[in-house]
Amino acid sequence: MSGHVHKDYTGAKFGMWLFLFTELILFGGLFILYAVYLARYPQEFVSAGTELDVRFGAGNTLVLLTSSLFVAMSITALRRGAKGLTQCLLAGTIVSAAIFMINKYFEWSAKINHGIYPGSEHLKELAPGEMVFFNIYYVTTGLHGLHVVIGALLILWTMLMIARGKVTGEDWVLLENAGLYWHLVDLIWIFIFPLYYLILH
Amino acid sequence: MSETTPTAVDRGFFGEANYPGILGWIFSTDHKRIGLLYFWCIVVFFSVGVLLGLLIRLELFAPGETIMTAQTYNAAFTLHGVIMIFLFIIPGIPAAFGNLIMPIQLGARDVAFPKLNLMSWWLYVIGAALALTSLFTGGGPPDTGWTFYVPFSAQTSTNVSLAAVAVFILGFSSILTGLNFVTTIHRLRAEGMTWMRIPLFTWSLYATAWIQILATPVIGITVALLFVERIVGTGLFDPTQGGDPIMFQHLFWIYSHPAVYIMILPGMGVVSDIIPVFARKPAFGYKAIVVSSLAIAFAGSLVWAHHMYTSGMSDMAVLVFSFLTFIVAIPSAIKVFNWLATLYQGSILLDPPLLYALSFILLFTIGGLTGLVLGAAATDVHVHDTYFVVGHFHFVMFGGTGMAFFAAMHYWLPKIYGRMYDKVVATVAWGVILIGFCVLYISMKVVGMQGMPRRYYDYIPEFTGINQLATVGSWILAFGLLLMFVNLFRGIFKGEPFGSNPWGGATLEWQVPSPPPTENFDDDPVVTHGPYDYKKAGIL
Ligand code: HEM
Repeated sequence: MSGHVHKDYTGAKFGMWLFLFTELILFGGLFILYAVYLARYPQEFVSAGTELDVRFGAGNTLVLLTSSLFVAMSITALRRGAKGLTQCLLAGTIVSAAIFMINKYFEWSAKINHGIYPGSEHLKELAPGEMVFFNIYYVTTGLHGLHVVIGALLILWTMLMIARGKVTGEDWVLLENAGLYWHLVDLIWIFIFPLYYLILH
Repeated sequence: MSETTPTAVDRGFFGEANYPGILGWIFSTDHKRIGLLYFWCIVVFFSVGVLLGLLIRLELFAPGETIMTAQTYNAAFTLHGVIMIFLFIIPGIPAAFGNLIMPIQLGARDVAFPKLNLMSWWLYVIGAALALTSLFTGGGPPDTGWTFYVPFSAQTSTNVSLAAVAVFILGFSSILTGLNFVTTIHRLRAEGMTWMRIPLFTWSLYATAWIQILATPVIGITVALLFVERIVGTGLFDPTQGGDPIMFQHLFWIYSHPAVYIMILPGMGVVSDIIPVFARKPAFGYKAIVVSSLAIAFAGSLVWAHHMYTSGMSDMAVLVFSFLTFIVAIPSAIKVFNWLATLYQGSILLDPPLLYALSFILLFTIGGLTGLVLGAAATDVHVHDTYFVVGHFHFVMFGGTGMAFFAAMHYWLPKIYGRMYDKVVATVAWGVILIGFCVLYISMKVVGMQGMPRRYYDYIPEFTGINQLATVGSWILAFGLLLMFVNLFRGIFKGEPFGSNPWGGATLEWQVPSPPPTENFDDDPVVTHGPYDYKKAGIL
């Protein structure tokens, strides 16, 4: 409708925080499952966890942290009126997201080549706790990967809006919300990484 | 507030659309239009549900096969239950009347995120379509019951995957509505609309919205896990793969227990708003009602596990078993006492909205008390899965939330359309509904006590008499419903214009013209008194 002249930035951010909260609860369900099964099969979780490649996990952690930095910088850049720089930084974020997903692709393929994937014959021969570990690993990282893609698309959309002059140094709440979403994606990974990759250390 | 009775109704928001015809509705971001979209969808679903209910009752008119086979009967009551729960009771009051009324009660021009609001409606429609599709396509309707318990739900060849997607989408719609409402209530209150001046209906929506935000993501991840378990075999709940089916039940009840409050809280809000108006007295214990709503919302989110003490949870009734818990009994009782205290020594106007609100109190209380029979394990053994349960949950859901929905229709629809229905016919319809309701569902309770199990299309000849009584009751009820809807819809389209405040309400929606203009208020309102302060509002 016409006439919604003034924008309520606090409201927009408030709504975004509520949404992030629901995302946390969504992942919370998986973390609860993880906690319960970890308590039940501590031994198997460690032995299965050693099969994950820490290098992939650590690499992706670095990539995501860097991308979050880009987003944070892009907001400052936009507020200072440096539109070109903003777009470069956001492009950097999207490239990071792509690197993350490519990394993930190789990591998963390696696992799948070893016959470790949900429902595989090889998996069925493992101990029950190890099966659970790999299943929940696939579900959690899969859901997280999906969020990486959604986050990247959101940032792409924001870039489009910046290019069209809809998001500017005076009116940047969309960028801030996209950034918040991206930080959430990053944050969840910060929990996933140690829980799955560093479990033995 | 000076009352003027215009001769012709100004068309208000009906006169202004961004697109022509139907497009002006399905792509509108105006909260009133979206509210009406929900309302009409819900009325259609409700009518289909009632028709199915009548068919079920017709089948039970005589023992043996009367009008349908056992298979058809199963499909009929599953469909009846699904439509009534997911497409009528849960979205009914918050999505339809919440959207229509809540922003105006706050003195806002719209909800905080109008576009998101439209998206929620679309998701609701898509989810509903998928849910109905899942009943007719693929491997047949889900035969898991609506709790989707694993391991059965992970293995059955019926259409559970599609149903899971439908639940996910409906849940997403519910989350977005919830966060929209919470943000609106926090951010868009008019000047002077302090927290303790918020009308009780809006308060109940606030509590409900928090439950939607807190609990719905859990059901989201749960059905998502069920979905991937079925599609790619991630056996997280599969004991042969080290998983644990009980974990599914935990996750399921973290949502579904609070879902019961999503069904009932808004209904209580409607009643809390209506009673003071027709008693011409401020709501007794305003703060107690507010606190009890919030208490229900937060306590309700923590007590899911009591559903898992008993087995046999794989049916719809479990949603209603929840009413038995003391946690909800106490705040509910607080509300009932507050309503009665509000009525006490009021100058009561027995208009249709109040009558429906009163039948809410009566039927909901009866339903709650029969709930105790089910709650106590010893008696539950006797009536478990009998028609007693069916009678009980119709009392709570239909007699409770359903009546509140009717009360809301009679209270607010004239406001939205600017025209009044015939109050005498509405009162007669109310009486017929009440009689039909009692004949129908009390018979069910009696025959349940005698041991007739639910979900069968056949019964032993001894039960014939009382079943026929119930079926006749269903006809009376259906006639009353028809009378009510026809009178109401005739009224709001063709009835007399009445000005802005037919009931003498002091909340903000009665201070704007009917129908309200697109932006609700010409000038931003300034609130100077509480929602039930009829003296300061100049009504007394
Ligand atoms: C004229 C109105 C209605 C009639 C005649 C009616 C009749 C019935 C009957 C006979 C059953 C039992 C079927 C069986 O167990 O074999 C039933 C089940 C049910 N009804 Fe209704 N009903 C009506 C309205 C409603 C309303 C308004 C609601 C919701 C608020 C509702 C919710 C349910 C639910 C959830 C079930 C359980 C379905 C299942 O067992 O899966 N009904 N209804």
